[in-house]
Amino acid sequence: MTKILSTKDLAKKIVNHEDTLILDVRNTDEFDNWKIEGGNVEVVNEPYFNLLDGVDAVVGKIQKSQEIIVVCAKGGSSKMIADMLEEEGFSNVYSLEGGMKAWSEHLEPVKISDLSDGGSIYQFVRLGKGCLSYFIESNGEAAVVDANRMIDVYERFAEEKGVKIKYTIDTHLHADHISGGLQLAEKTGGTYYLPEKDATEVTFDYAALEEGNDIIVGNTAIKVQPFYSPGHTVGSTSFIVDDKYLLTGDILFVKSIGRPDLSGKAEDWVEDLRHTLYSRYKNLSDDLIVMPAHYSFADELGKGGSVSARLGDLYLRNSGLQVENENEFRKMVTENLPPQPNAYEDIRKTNMGKITPEPEDQKVMETGPNRCAVEG
Amino acid sequence: MEATKLLDAKGLACPMPIVRTKKAMEELNLGDILEVHATDKGAKSDLSAWTKSSGHELLKDTEEDDVLKFWIRKA
Repeated sequence: MTKILSTKDLAKKIVNHEDTLILDVRNTDEFDNWKIEGGNVEVVNEPYFNLLDGVDAVVGKIQKSQEIIVVCAKGGSSKMIADMLEEEGFSNVYSLEGGMKAWSEHLEPVKISDLSDGGSIYQFVRLGKGCLSYFIESNGEAAVVDANRMIDVYERFAEEKGVKIKYTIDTHLHADHISGGLQLAEKTGGTYYLPEKDATEVTFDYAALEEGNDIIVGNTAIKVQPFYSPGHTVGSTSFIVDDKYLLTGDILFVKSIGRPDLSGKAEDWVEDLRHTLYSRYKNLSDDLIVMPAHYSFADELGKGGSVSARLGDLYLRNSGLQVENENEFRKMVTENLPPQPNAYEDIRKTNMGKITPEPEDQKVMETGPNRCAVEG
Repeated sequence: MEATKLLDAKGLACPMPIVRTKKAMEELNLGDILEVHATDKGAKSDLSAWTKSSGHELLKDTEEDDVLKFWIRKA
């Protein structure tokens, strides 16, 4: 019988940069749109329906003694193909439990650092979609920034750490994934913060993020300083945590910058985006560590799976920050944009509380990569 | 559309709709049409990709009340 590999075990292999060979048996269109990525991940695609009469097509590509993780959409076809490979003499075959659907939901907590006055900051890496959320805890209290829909993960984590989630914060109204911020705050009796300018159409109560109104986690231990930084959305807000970490939301990533077109017309936000990236952020300390809300490329995953970079370094090597000419910048962020995230309009409506899709439908809406960046 | 045979794959999860379709096609003659009913949402893109790679012709597909219907001509 085929061995089953959990998404958790696969995540450990990827964040530890272990050599990982994946046989993805979904159809090639789905594979091309979205696949498992990581620094040392090799992926071979061969649709399961081409292997029903025999696995010859992959015999030449993979050695029989190699460890192979077979992946499909939901975990059914991968199990069948893994069984067939074992019968053919492949000795180290696994089937990924729950397939890409489960992979999309896995959150891997990575500790970034202790904070100066006690407490610590964690990055939750959603490897399947490239979403990053943050858990900041100090003195029995915690704040979660850009929480994903899978709120039980943060609840369990808070329980393990013996802290109470007092604040949930979204840097902006998300278009690529369904926010767990409101539900998590309701469940823990906390406060949900959103930028007011992104919340004009929301149907629920929230607390408005305001520059100058710091959020204090754990008495006076950590300041979470909101910092208005429009461009990806009109309300996009960044945070400086403990005078050291700059949570940039979807404005600035490690290798790219945020796209301005998901909440309206790109033209409307280009100037804001440019001003934030080329002026507001530039006036901050070069030594701040940028912690974004997404990543797009496997090679952005650093040690232990975390994604971050020094602000000063990004001004030297992030291609989105090197465009001196304003017209060129405008062209870059409004023309030849990548496809939009799957179901992004319905995801925005869900995050405003205007629609409430069934849990299964929410999973399907989130299929695919985040696609929130413009590559320079 | 007049089908030679009807395959009911409703309620079956991936990979079974395709496995059953492939088997049913093997029992048909050239030019015969198989009508397939399925409820697994993945069947749509998989069946269309499979017909391309196997050479059969997907004549038509519809979706009514969560039931996906396909008509495939054997080649």
